[in-house]
Amino acid sequence: MSTLHTVNKSPFQNQTLISCLGHAKAGDSVLLMEDGVYGAMSGNAMSEVVAGMGANVKLFVLGSDVTARGIDAGRVAEGITSVNYEEFVGMAASCDRVQNWL
Amino acid sequence: MKFGIVVSEGPYTHQASDSAYNFVKAALATGHEVSRVFFYHDGVNVGTRLSIPPQDDRQIQEQWSALAKEHELDLVICIAAAQRRGLLDQNEADRQGKDANNIAEGFRISGLGQLIEMGIQADRTITFGD
Amino acid sequence: MSEVKKFLYVNRKAPYGTIYAQEALEVVLIGAAFDQDVSLAFLDDGVFQLTKGQDTKDAGLKNFSPTFRALGDYEVTKLYVEQESLDERGLTLDDLQDIQYEDEDDDYEEKPSIIVVSRAGMADVMADQDVVLSF
Repeated sequence: MSTLHTVNKSPFQNQTLISCLGHAKAGDSVLLMEDGVYGAMSGNAMSEVVAGMGANVKLFVLGSDVTARGIDAGRVAEGITSVNYEEFVGMAASCDRVQNWL
Repeated sequence: MKFGIVVSEGPYTHQASDSAYNFVKAALATGHEVSRVFFYHDGVNVGTRLSIPPQDDRQIQEQWSALAKEHELDLVICIAAAQRRGLLDQNEADRQGKDANNIAEGFRISGLGQLIEMGIQADRTITFGD
Repeated sequence: MSEVKKFLYVNRKAPYGTIYAQEALEVVLIGAAFDQDVSLAFLDDGVFQLTKGQDTKDAGLKNFSPTFRALGDYEVTKLYVEQESLDERGLTLDDLQDIQYEDEDDDYEEKPSIIVVSRAGMADVMADQDVVLSF
């Protein structure tokens, strides 16, 4: 039993990513998309928080939203996997439910 | 697998309808079914045929109408949200005494029950919003 | 279609500043007719939706907060409220409306609809659903 969570807000804008990570269960997947991709970057004030709180979940980032924002792939934090929409669909299908943190 | 999709932000203002469109296309391309796309909150504004986006930008409403035609998608606009925001089909325009309709091809207006029904029938319900 | 699914309506936004809380409630009311297993979750700024004493007259807005007290009549009786979200905002249960339902299995005794849960408890509620609709 697992959940796919999606987050589409920058962690610098509000607490959505923090709240999501605070409720996700071990083994769940969290996909950062739209402005949520800023939460996947390394070397910023939120990186350690995201890495710490996200230690028990699988973190993903939507690649097309990363490139759209001019974020170099090398700036995506280690351990965060980039996926495309087909893989997003596959993740939604293979989990038990999807919870979109709006 | 059957996906039900909710779009709850308006076009251009928010990326939600673009993300939903990309998801639906990818789902269909990988052999899944999309049982319904339900437009709620400002998402209902995706379904107006009177928008005129700049030519060098994506044509959000036209993209959805074309996808609906190609795959016989059920694009449902919530009536309660639509009435608030001035989105009407001819039937609603007649019923409400309004002088025009503005719904785009491939969309239909129906009740919130369609959202719940979608949640019951779909294997996964996914919301694109704010 | 006699399958009963577990529906969770997640409320994380404050009322009035945006329409999400009000239109979420409209979904809950319509959804009640479908005889599904319905729960509502209030966390983060969503807990502000349930406060008592809301008076929107001078702001010129529609006050939809009394509707929460009518949910019991629609057999919507599980309103999960997160303790940590209350604490962070300096709220206690006393700041929230007294929302009750009549338990038809217990001689129509009036019982509280609000169930205060910890963050971990809320995570358990969320992980126990078939359909999660967020507003």
